[in-house]
Order: sequence, then structure tokens, then C-alpha cells
Amino acid sequence: MSAQASPPPPKAPGYMLWLPLGLFIVFAGLLLVGLLRPADRTVTSALVGKAMPQFALPPALPDRPGLRSSALADGKPHLVNIFASWCIPCRVEAPQLGALAKAGVSIEGISVRDTRADLQAFLAQNGNPFQRIGADDDGQVQLALGSSGVPETYVVDGEGVIVYQHIGEIRPEHVDMLLGKLKEAQQ
Amino acid sequence: MKRLLLLSVAIALAAPALAQEAQSTAPYAYRQLADAAQEARAQRLMETLRCLQCQGQSIADSDAPIAGAMRSLVRERIARGEQPEAIRQWLIERYGDYVSYAPQLTGLTWPLFALPVVLALVAFLLLRRRFTRRKSA
Amino acid sequence: MIAELGLAALWLAAALAALQLVAGVLGLTVRGASLGDAVRPVAIVQGLLALLAFACLVYVFAVTDLSVKLVALNSHSMKPLIYKIAGTWGNHEGSMLLWVTVMGLGGGFVALVERRLPERTMLATLAGQAFVSLGFYGFLLIASNPFERLSPVPAEGNGLNPLLQDLGLAFHPPTLYLGYVGLSIAFSFAIGALVTREVGPAFARAMRPWVLGAWIFLTIGITAGSYWAYYELGWGGWWFWDPVENASLMPWLAATALLHSVSVLASRDALRAWTIMLGVIAFSMSMIGTFLVRSGILTSVHAFAVDPQRGTFILVLLAIYIGGALALFGLRAGTVAEGERFAPVSREAALVFNNVMLCAILGIVLFGTLYPLLAEAMGAKVSVGPPYFNPMSALFAVPMLVVLMVGPLLRWRRDTFARVGRLLVIPAMLVIAAGILVVVIGGAPLLPFIGLVLAAGLAWASVLPLKGRNLRRVPLPVWGMVIAHFGIAVSLFGMSSESAFSIEKLVALRAGEVTQVGPWDVKLDSVEPVAGPNWTALEARLLVRYGDDGKVTQMLPQARGFWAPPQQTSESALLTRWNGQLYTVLGGEAPAARQAGDRWQLRLWWKPFAPLIWGGGLLIALGGVLALLGRAAADLKRISVKDKIASRRERQGR
Repeated sequence: MSAQASPPPPKAPGYMLWLPLGLFIVFAGLLLVGLLRPADRTVTSALVGKAMPQFALPPALPDRPGLRSSALADGKPHLVNIFASWCIPCRVEAPQLGALAKAGVSIEGISVRDTRADLQAFLAQNGNPFQRIGADDDGQVQLALGSSGVPETYVVDGEGVIVYQHIGEIRPEHVDMLLGKLKEAQQ
Repeated sequence: MKRLLLLSVAIALAAPALAQEAQSTAPYAYRQLADAAQEARAQRLMETLRCLQCQGQSIADSDAPIAGAMRSLVRERIARGEQPEAIRQWLIERYGDYVSYAPQLTGLTWPLFALPVVLALVAFLLLRRRFTRRKSA
Repeated sequence: MIAELGLAALWLAAALAALQLVAGVLGLTVRGASLGDAVRPVAIVQGLLALLAFACLVYVFAVTDLSVKLVALNSHSMKPLIYKIAGTWGNHEGSMLLWVTVMGLGGGFVALVERRLPERTMLATLAGQAFVSLGFYGFLLIASNPFERLSPVPAEGNGLNPLLQDLGLAFHPPTLYLGYVGLSIAFSFAIGALVTREVGPAFARAMRPWVLGAWIFLTIGITAGSYWAYYELGWGGWWFWDPVENASLMPWLAATALLHSVSVLASRDALRAWTIMLGVIAFSMSMIGTFLVRSGILTSVHAFAVDPQRGTFILVLLAIYIGGALALFGLRAGTVAEGERFAPVSREAALVFNNVMLCAILGIVLFGTLYPLLAEAMGAKVSVGPPYFNPMSALFAVPMLVVLMVGPLLRWRRDTFARVGRLLVIPAMLVIAAGILVVVIGGAPLLPFIGLVLAAGLAWASVLPLKGRNLRRVPLPVWGMVIAHFGIAVSLFGMSSESAFSIEKLVALRAGEVTQVGPWDVKLDSVEPVAGPNWTALEARLLVRYGDDGKVTQMLPQARGFWAPPQQTSESALLTRWNGQLYTVLGGEAPAARQAGDRWQLRLWWKPFAPLIWGGGLLIALGGVLALLGRAAADLKRISVKDKIASRRERQGR
């Protein structure tokens, strides 16, 4: 572009002058897209579709066994619910978990950063839908599962593969959807 | 478990007794590795990992419990002799690229790495045009 | 009543801005020329009305008039008065009102004093200023009325985010806003000059004080904001490359480039189109910054007043102003002559080079900040953070700093390296010596290493322009340049030292136990509850001693709990020495499950020379202040000389 340098007052080529405007339009468009699509702040696990990582958690309470990943690959689909007594949405979802348990779903719990006393009080108040409860006191299994908050619920098929991750509390309208996911996982 | 929060609730009276998440109890959330070189390596890695619950902080700068759990994970694995980049990959496998503040060179992020090259090129052309013109004029 | 008065003043000001725009535009035409005389007085009154509206809002906040919705939402009767007043602009509506107020006053001031430019350019400039203001008035009156009443009147207000109840932060946003608004005036000048094609030294001289002023405020604002994040967030970090931080950095980068190119234009009549372009970019960066902060489209630690609706409004304003200005640029810049020429080795060339480097850094920051948005639009989430920004910006910052050592020594138009080469022997030796020294004391990671050696060279090179001159006769702007460049060296040294040599210590101590961090002995003496006006806290009493025979000093970090609204914060305690800063934070009670007894979690850092980061920032701003004073004094002198000549002519009856 430096070839035509003959006229004394050199001018930038025309397109150079319009380039800023072009860039700006692209940029404003990007900002508009950003505004119109409200940012999704949830961080989904990248493990959906992959096998459950190996782990073995000790029992959180004396009356339920702990949870090891091998127990999930028993041919039946499972719900793995990550919860804690200090988490308010976990209270909100307790009735739905109870309903799922009544419907015959086997629900496994991973209690994160909890104490036995708090946990017992929580389950006494909100019901205990869990077959097994593993105590993840250090939050390390939560990290291994790619879970970034509490509560989260994973649907695991009979071979121990994660087929679905539900982030946040299970509301009444989610129950049928989860039952559907479990049914799919059975096939 | 007694916690700072509960204690300050007792003092503050009016503060909410609602569920505030406990501080992380993971062993190395608030404890450094004994080996200074390992700790330095862990620290460098932690500064480049994103806290998943907070709004845009690294796990090295956050009091969120999950950040504590992640710090402990990083320190424990470094202590076991794992490479920092392997730990980063392990986390990316679980949380996606979001968890790492250091963008990996992928099909999605290559423009980030192309940009400096483009800028350098544009800068070069701009400067060259400015000065070669003068000589030819 | 006061709230209604404020609202009325605001409407009137908006109406006057509309009048100013219409009269300014018509004044440019042949038939409407007589209207042009109205523009200056209207601009002045408009500014005063905006000030009245803002004063009304300050008043309702100061007396905590809870019938005003904004007060009820953002204030609390128990708050200390200073935070009540600061609460005026600690929210979206109030900060926008502050914005238009400063913009109105700035425009009024320009109308009052600026007489150097051709009247047509002034009309176009003031019309442009009114056009920009009008958008913000519309924004306030339509989408975010600060004076809205609330019925029924609540018994108590919601309070202010405790993180914001801090003196530093109370004055941080207005400082940045003053900077943004200064750039808006520079923008208006650029538009005015483009409209009338009068891009020359006179235009540059008229614009320069506004750019300088804006740049000073931005520098102070960023420095203060960084220091605030450093002591308030409680983890010892001072720059996170967070979107909101980047939003304040980008206008600064553009303003820095503009500041230098406007100087070239003023003294050498070169870089005409480039200066205009930078004027547009600088203001667009401040609007983009405001947009990013307000719209919440990016995740940030510092996002306090987020609302997507308002984001849309700001985006529309952004599109109108910046799109319009760039279109005007496309139409007109081709007809603006290039200006004077210069050789590849000359002061201008160095300035151009650094201008381009600053713009490249700006490009990196802008792209990196927005890339997560782009990736999300493509369906993936990525994070871009320090591991990207640090090396990528260094790629352009390092050559810039090298040229910065040489540039001020070069002559205008044409020079040779041979002439300045001798001067640079000492800085070059300092660079090498610093490099050897760092390696001897144990080395440092690459980027801090480069920073340390460059800082050593630059510190010396930056004062070389004073060499061989009578210091008492050196003009103020030169002092300003020297001090600002020296400030860059100081700040760079602080940053590099902090990142290379900081020592961190996390410990759980019982009362009475002692620990070491770097050269310090730290003893946890006691932990006691204390109470403040709207918070209670646990306060640790630390007794610290530097070295074996230092004086014992007391430090009092706190873990605070606020109740309106409820939130926990850590109040760090800092102890500054000439060679660094001891940073202490009281964490929680250590996890009892693993450690018996009542241990307290402490986070301690020894940060060698860290305070120089902000000290350097203030030096940079001081340099700006000196330059501004120098220019203003020169302008005043010129005006008074002109007046004298004019009055003499009058007396002689010409």
C-alpha cells in the first residue's frame, strides 16, 4: 500500500479511514449479543457422558453405608445428590428427593463439608431419601465430579456413566424430567 | 464445629444465622506446604485457576469454601509430585476451560494468540508506511 | 421538595442542552449565524443547573430522606455522614448524575474561557458536547431518575454494600468519572475540529488541558482503585486483570497515547488524523468501560451496580456517539492534511512508536477482556486472566519502555543515535548491573526480571532530559514529563519486586505464639471483639518486629461483620517501611476438626517495595499536574498579553 506515494500531501487509503468504523460495528454487535444472551453463570461438569471418576467415601452416618463409585455400576441407574446441611436450597429440594425415592429411584448422597450432628439434624427434619451417604469433608470428591456448587444432582446409568447433571435445587417441575432421564439411562 | 462465623454471629447478634457455608476444612486450604519450592509451584498454579463460585477471582485470592478445597487439591497433588500443568488438565477435564485463567491453545482460543501477531504486524505496517513515504516523497 | 427541585433542575438542564445543540448546529449555517451567540451562555447555565440537581441529591442523601427511592435503596440512617454523602454516587443513578454534572460544568467552563479556536470550531465543539450530554440526560430522566419518590416511606434504608464503606472507595468512582468526562470534552473538541476541518496546533492546545486533566484523574483513580483492592480484598493482590479493572485501564492507555500525540500536534503540527482518532478512541473506551461495569455482561469481583436494561441504554448511546464519530472520521479525515513530516530517528518518531505500542496493549486488553463473551456466543466458556494478559502486554510494553528511555533525549524532526548514545551509557550499564544483582540474590521469574532491569535503566534515563540545564529555568511541563517517566520506573520496580520477592505465610496460631515472615517476627497477642458504628468485628492484636532488634509495633487486623446489609469482610492491617510492606489478615478460627485448641488463622505477607507501585502511580499523576500547571500558566500569560495588546490598540484608536 506504500506504492502510490506521488502526490505531496499523502493520504491514507480510503478503506483505512473506514476501518475503525467497521471494527466498531463488529464490536458493538458483539456487545449487543452479550446483552441479549444473559450470561450463564453456571459451570457445568465436563464429565457428562463420561464414566464416574473412581472414589470411595466413608459413611457420613453410622446407619447408612458410605459411597464408592464401584457401587454405582451395578446395572441400575442411580441419582447421586451432592448436598449439605448448611445449604438452604438443599432443604427446598428435600420433598422432591423424597418423592423420587418413593418412586423407587435409588438415591445416593454425597455430603459436602458437613458434621455428623448437623447432618443428623438435617435428615431428621427433612427426611432421608438416601441409600448411601458418603462424607466428602474436604470437598475433594466434589471437585473430582466437576461440581461447582451445592446442591447438584447427577444421573448415572447402570454402567457408571454420568448421563446428566442437574445444577441447583430440584424443584417440583423437575421431578418428571429426572424420572425421564433415569428411564433413558436404564435402556 | 465452631466457626468464626458462628462466633461473630454470637457477637454481632443481628447477623443472620442463616446458612453460611463453613470455611473449608480441607487440610491444605489454609496451610502451606512445608517444602518452599513446592509451595511456590503450587502458589503459581493457584493464581491461574479460577474460583468457581466467586465472581472472577483466582482460588489464591478467595475465601470461598470451594476455593479452599481447590487449593488443598493443588497443594496435595504438588506434594505428591504431580506437574502443575497435569493438575490444570485434570481440572479442565472436569470443569472445562473456564476453570483456567491461562487460556489453552485450542480451536476456540487461537484468536487470542493470533492477536499479538496481528497487532505487531499492523504496528509494523503503520510505522513503515509513515517512514518510507517520507523518503520516496 | 428538594428532590422535586433537583428533578426540575435536571429537566431544565436537559432542555438547555437541546437548545445548545440546536443553536450550535444552526450557528454553523449562514442563516442561523446569529443563534451562535446564544451557545456559550446556554452552556454555562446548563452546567450550573446540573450542579444544582446534583447538590439536591447530595442533600437528600445527607439527611437520609427515605421517601426518595434511591436513598431508601442505598443508604441507612445509621451510616456515618461521610458515607451517606459518598452514597450519593455509590449507585448507578447518582453516579450518572455526577457524570452529567461534571460534563455540564466542563462544557460550561470551556464555553467561558476557551477563546483560541475559531468560533465555528467552538460552536461545533459545544454542540457536540451538548449532543453527548443530551444522551446522558435522557438516560437519567427516562431510565434512571435519581429523584423518584417511594410510597409508602420505609422505616429504614437498605444500606450500602459494606465493601463500599471505605474512604478510598468513596472517592474512587468520582475520580474515574472526572477522567471519563474530561475525555468526553476532548472528544467534543475532536468532533468540532473534524466538522470544520480545523485540525492544527491551536486545536491541540485547546484540547490538551482537558486530556491532561482527564489523564491525571484516571491515573489517580486507577492507582487508588488498585490500592483499595489490595488492602480491602484481603489476599494481597493488587491487579487481577478483572474486566472492571481493565475497563478503567483501557481509557488510561488511550488517554496516555492521546496525551503524547496531542503534544506532537501542538508543538510540531504533525499526527493530525491520528490525534483525532485517539480522541475518539479515548472517549469510546470510557463509555465502553462504563458499559462493562454497568451492564454486568462480564463476571467481575468489582461489579456492584449491574443492570442489563441500563446496559442497553449505554450501548445505544455508545453506538450513536462512537459510530457517528467514526463515520464522521471516515468522511472527513481524508481531507485533513497529514501535517509536518519527521525522520525515523526523531522525538516524533519515538512518540509515534510508543503511541502504536500503547494502542497495541489497548488492543490486547480489550480483546482479552471481551474474548470470554465471544467464546460464549460460540457456545463455550473460557477464562482469560493474568497468564494471558501479563506476557502479551509485556510483548509491547517492553519495547515501549526501551524507547521511553531514548525518546525524550531525541530532538524534534531529525536526530542521530550517535548524539544520544553517549548519554545512554549509564542507563545501559544500570540495566546490566541490575540484571547481575537480581541473579546474585537468587533470580526472579522472567517478567519481573525484565521489569526490574528496565526500571533501573529507566529511572536514570528519565531524568536525563534535565542534564546540563539550569534547573530553575526548566519549564514546568518538562519537569512534569521527567517526573511522570520517573514514576513509571518507580511503579515498575514496585510491581516487579512485589511479584518476584513477596513472601507469604499462612499460619494457625494460639494467642502468645510467634511466627516469622521474611524479616519479621509476628506474635499473636490476643483476639478480642470490637464494635464500630454499623459493624462488629474480631480484632487480632499482633506485635510485630523487624529483624532481631527492631521496635515492636502493634497491628490490628479485623474480621468484620456488617449487618446492613449482612456481609463479612476482612480488614487487613498494613505496616509500611521504606523497603516494603507487611500485610496481615485475620482469617477465621482455624478448623477445629484438625487442630486442637483455639488457634486463629493468620495470613501474612512481606512485600518488598510494594508501596512503590502506588507511589509511582502518584508520581505519574504529579507529573501530569505539573504539566497542566505549566500549560495553564502559559495560556494565562498568552491571554493577558493578548488583552494588553488589544487594549493598547483600542487606546491608539485602531
